[in-house]
Amino acid sequence: MIGLYHYLGLGGVIFAIAMAGIFINRKNMVLLLMCIELMLLAVNINFVAFSRFSGNIDGQVFVFFILTVAAAEAAVGLAILVVLFRNRRSINVEEINRLKG
Amino acid sequence: MEAILLVILLGPLVASAIVLLGQNQLSRKVVHSLAIAAVFVSFCLSIYVLYLSIWGGLGVHEEIVYTWGVGGPFTFSIGFLIDRLSALMMCIVTFVSFAVHVYTIGYMDDDSGYKRFFGYIALFTFSMLLLVMANNFMQLFMGWEMVGLVSYLLIGFWYQRDSATFASLKAFVVNRVGDFGFIVGIAGVLFFAGTLNYLDVFAQAPAIANQGLWVTAHQYVSAPTLISILLFVGAMGKSAQIPLHTWLPGSMEGPTPISALIHAATMVTAGIFMVARCSPLFSLSPTAMSFVLIVGATGAFFMGLIGIVQTDIKQVVAYSTISQLGYMTAALGAGAFAGGIFHLMTHATFKALLFLGAGSVIIAMHHEQDMRKMGGLARYMPITYITFLIGGLALSAFPGFAGFFSKDAIIDAVGMSATPGATYAYWCVLLGALVTTIYTFRMIFLTFHGKPRMDEHTKSHLKESPWVVTFPLILLAIPSAVLGGIAVKWLAFGDFFGSSIVNRAGDAPLSLMSEEFHGAWQMFVHGFSTWPFFLFVIGFVLCWVFYIWKPHWPAILQSKLRPAWFALDHKLFWDDLEVGVVMEGSRRLGSALWRWVDDGLIDAVAVNGTARAIGLGSRVIRHIQSGYLYHYAFVMVIGLAVMVGWLIWR
Repeated sequence: MIGLYHYLGLGGVIFAIAMAGIFINRKNMVLLLMCIELMLLAVNINFVAFSRFSGNIDGQVFVFFILTVAAAEAAVGLAILVVLFRNRRSINVEEINRLKG
Repeated sequence: MEAILLVILLGPLVASAIVLLGQNQLSRKVVHSLAIAAVFVSFCLSIYVLYLSIWGGLGVHEEIVYTWGVGGPFTFSIGFLIDRLSALMMCIVTFVSFAVHVYTIGYMDDDSGYKRFFGYIALFTFSMLLLVMANNFMQLFMGWEMVGLVSYLLIGFWYQRDSATFASLKAFVVNRVGDFGFIVGIAGVLFFAGTLNYLDVFAQAPAIANQGLWVTAHQYVSAPTLISILLFVGAMGKSAQIPLHTWLPGSMEGPTPISALIHAATMVTAGIFMVARCSPLFSLSPTAMSFVLIVGATGAFFMGLIGIVQTDIKQVVAYSTISQLGYMTAALGAGAFAGGIFHLMTHATFKALLFLGAGSVIIAMHHEQDMRKMGGLARYMPITYITFLIGGLALSAFPGFAGFFSKDAIIDAVGMSATPGATYAYWCVLLGALVTTIYTFRMIFLTFHGKPRMDEHTKSHLKESPWVVTFPLILLAIPSAVLGGIAVKWLAFGDFFGSSIVNRAGDAPLSLMSEEFHGAWQMFVHGFSTWPFFLFVIGFVLCWVFYIWKPHWPAILQSKLRPAWFALDHKLFWDDLEVGVVMEGSRRLGSALWRWVDDGLIDAVAVNGTARAIGLGSRVIRHIQSGYLYHYAFVMVIGLAVMVGWLIWR
């Protein structure tokens, strides 16, 4: 039987994969955005799982909000990415360190 | 009445403002006419006010012009307290000021700062009037500081000279020492009496006598003693009493009219006036009275001694001024407040006369002040000689002249006083009479008698000064000769000042003496058979022998008494101590503090050190900021983990 902990475990694993992707990925900016999306999805899984097992619908409502925000965020993020590429002719994460003081 | 008082006070101020602001536009004639007119109007109105307060039944007239400030329960106002004491002071100030204004036309004739000078002395007249007309301590202090400022400006009038700027600074700084005590004294008045208004404070005087302070764990000081001594410290600065006297001889760097007006006749007597004004407080404290008496008497004798060896004619008169101020102070300390004011009045006339006479001599000698290069001037300048002689006789208390009545009254009063220390003080003031005669006649003989010792060029130009110089001399010579005899009956022995001067000690020596007083004529005749007169004769004969009969004797005596002469020539070393130890010491201290504390500690460590530490720290921390997104994300996650962990497992 698949219980709450399996879902939470799945969420945790996906979150960890996303985090590892952010830290380890040194080449592609698009991958970075995908990892962030993945993180949000991991959280969504947690929400849905809690909602389903506690019999409270609120968590599932939250998931819709998060999906909406994630979509908007992806749009903005990709737009930034395009502008960045136009200016620098590269989306290599390794080369983007303009924030350095 | 208010209008009259305002005209008296503000006339000189307006004149001064116009003169100082319009220096470049106005002609010399306009400038001096304006200043003289203003002070003359003040003088005439002051006479009228004095007349009103003596015969017009003015009594003690208090007038509040406006409220200056209110703070909590305290009210500070600008106002006038007109009684016989302040009316008399107003007349003295404006009279001498008027004479000096006229004299200045002649003395400063060839000076480029002519107009500036008139602006300053008019301003001085205003400040001094503000001081004497005040009805509260705050206004007194304001006038007190303003006369100090004008004195500073005028001592340093010839600011191109190093010695003049040094002297002006010295006068200012020494006066600060006194003023520190003075303002603490005023704070004491406010603390104990709760008000600064004269009449209110004096009405409360017996009540505050029961109060006091524990200065240390074992030392209790009663309120009148504390307040009086602190106020007197201010008077010591302003009135050049030991040990704060050293600025006065230095102040002779200023032009001579100023020496006469500010540093002899009026400003330096502000301290005497203040003590007399506060007599209801001072007389409550035998300790303070004794302090005043001893300080005054010591100055009267020892400062006169220094005058004997001075060679600069103005320096002799300057030391004589300190000595005479000592007499006045001693009179106050002995409880003879009226005697002090009486001597203040006569001294103002004859000392202004002596200074202006010395100035007249200096003009004739082409600004040479060394008496060793003078001699025989009596033939060339008869008016100056005769007036100077009158001033000298008044100063050395020859019976009949003004100084005789006031000084004899003081000597007797000190002798009869019950203030502790009166015996010592009596000997000081008595022997001071001998010293006074010696330096006075030494000065007169060296300057006006004997063989001329100046060079041929100067000698061929010797002539009497113009009338603007001699007129004030004659104007001042008249009161110097007769004022004492006329006024002695009221001022010293009558109850002239009424409730303005109160001796609460109950042993007022003047009232004891007034029982034996049978008119000025009697006193004059009796004056020929008293010790002061014998001392005068001894001094006169000594001077005659040393400076006329055997002019080579002083040099022999000087070589025989080398240590004594050396000590006197160095002003009893007090000046050296002040300049060498106190002044140089504080300069060294200041420079050390600047170098080690300011530059070394505050600037190097505290200010620049902070900046340098931050710079150093940030140079290390800067390496954390790599600019890579994944570093920041990593730190964020780690931080989140730590915070969540802390929230769970704390």
